[in-house]
Amino acid sequence: MSEPHMDTPEELDRMNARPIDEPAPTGADQILDQGVRDPDALLEVDHVTLRFGGVVALNDVSFSLRKGEIFGLIGPNGAGKTTCFNAMTGVYRPTSGAIRFQGQSIVGKKKHEITRGGIARTFQNVRLFPEMTALENVMVGADAHHKTSVISALFRLPRHWQEERSGRERSLELLEFVGIRRRAGDVSRNLSYGEQRRLEIARALATNPTLLCLDEPAAGFNPAEKAELLELIRRIRDTGVTVLLIEHDMRLVMGVTDRIVVLEFGKKIAEGTPAEVRDNPAVIAAYLGVPTDAA
Amino acid sequence: MNFSGLIDNFGPLTVAGLAQGAIIALFALGYTLVYGVLRLINFAHSEVFLVGTYACLIIWGWFGLDQNSARPDFGAMLGYMALGLVAAIVVSGTVALGVELVAYRPLRRRNAPPLAFLITAIGASLAISEFVGVATHRNQRGVPPIIQARTVITIGNTHITNLQILIIALALVMMFVLDRFINGSRLGRGIRAVAQNPDSAALMGVNKSRVISLVFLLGGLMAGIAAVMYDLKIGVTKYDAGFLLGIDAFTAAVLGGIGNLRGALLGGLLLGVLQSWAAGLFGSNWLHAAAFVLLVLILMFRPSGLLGESLGRARA
Repeated sequence: MSEPHMDTPEELDRMNARPIDEPAPTGADQILDQGVRDPDALLEVDHVTLRFGGVVALNDVSFSLRKGEIFGLIGPNGAGKTTCFNAMTGVYRPTSGAIRFQGQSIVGKKKHEITRGGIARTFQNVRLFPEMTALENVMVGADAHHKTSVISALFRLPRHWQEERSGRERSLELLEFVGIRRRAGDVSRNLSYGEQRRLEIARALATNPTLLCLDEPAAGFNPAEKAELLELIRRIRDTGVTVLLIEHDMRLVMGVTDRIVVLEFGKKIAEGTPAEVRDNPAVIAAYLGVPTDAA
Repeated sequence: MNFSGLIDNFGPLTVAGLAQGAIIALFALGYTLVYGVLRLINFAHSEVFLVGTYACLIIWGWFGLDQNSARPDFGAMLGYMALGLVAAIVVSGTVALGVELVAYRPLRRRNAPPLAFLITAIGASLAISEFVGVATHRNQRGVPPIIQARTVITIGNTHITNLQILIIALALVMMFVLDRFINGSRLGRGIRAVAQNPDSAALMGVNKSRVISLVFLLGGLMAGIAAVMYDLKIGVTKYDAGFLLGIDAFTAAVLGGIGNLRGALLGGLLLGVLQSWAAGLFGSNWLHAAAFVLLVLILMFRPSGLLGESLGRARA
């Protein structure tokens, strides 16, 4: 079952249905936004606000991801990173604002539709299918794009076999890619923590994503494992997949990302290249405490 | 207590118990499949079985067969068997899907609490059973003699009939096919994925609604086969035929470890045999009482069933 502290999307939907006492983005905002719209944008987060009851988890956040980049979404704990991420993968529905993937709105789409549309994700806390082998876990992801019907699967028609075989081969390749092919036949709950994280990435890649979202993939890793993970993220980008990386560890993100957005208390406080963001006083304040305290 | 009766008739009682247990096992699969994926006890499953027992009788009726008909020759018997099985499977499968669509899906959309599902399950069960009751004037209906039970194997005082062999063999074959399907196919993988982690499964592109429909359908198919076997074995059916056998089947699923397919088979066979032995020991009036006392004892020592909740354990 889901963690007790986390509300289900349906409950959140109900809460979001309450009247909004803040005005929706005005026409002027939208015209302005149209003016700066990036033609290379893969995913656009457009003035997104998300409230849970009285709590504003995201406050008018806008940014966009370009094709082929590694994009960092960072901020101190509780800044709204995961909430933003959940809105982008269809788990939460924004109270207002739009999220567009390849020009099409994804708000209100079902989770499996969003996955089939090309967005894959991993979780902050590993969520595998614990009783399946590593290979089977990846094959579930690979199945997303199979075309065969229930009938042909029941009767095991040749096309079903063909897809099954190609899915299996591709899954093994992905296990090789993330470096755990030798564990293919092992039940996933018996894998080490690091292996489980890699398996989760392989499973997400198996859905053939255009955009891969990684939620704190380095959590609980030692420095050597972190370095290996960064290497893996770069290799994923080199295959043409856009990567969105969520992290609260600034140093980790600096080395690998092309651009970064920084959130604090649900608001965007900075955006730019790692160097720009690092020198931004607002970001330094967010990470080190308010300037008066720091001074 | 009649120990000598049990010991003298140990062979025949065991074989009779296995045949009854095979029907219970096929029936139990529907409870176990749905529970494994939805954590829902589908009480309406007993009526999915019930409509199966009538579906094959109706189709045989179209061919002019009733309980007084002459026994068909071997070729015709095979034809009627196939026809009856197809009719029961189609009708039971359809009703199972219908129950899901009408009684459960709307609640799931509205994120209803588990108790609401329990009530609609009981409601759907009673509604279907009463509908059949009214339509049949609560009379029982006899089964045409499609297969004449006759002894084909004799070991000591144990006479094994062709019907018993058919029932047990069919249950084993269907279990094997279903097991292969769940553990070795893409759709089966989807079912296991939803059972183990529904959120991750959705984010991996698995269509949860379709998986749910599929498990109801599979449960319905198995109940349809069980229904035909029940008709042939018992010889009559009635609007409440699903009720008591449904409790047996649900019990078998829990006994084997609900959510666990192989557990349903083991639980079904075991419960059938226990009931048969209890009947031999205490007389057939005590069949259910004795078997269920034993069941309580077994669950005291293995609360999650004999084989454990295999699909279920996985869900953290």
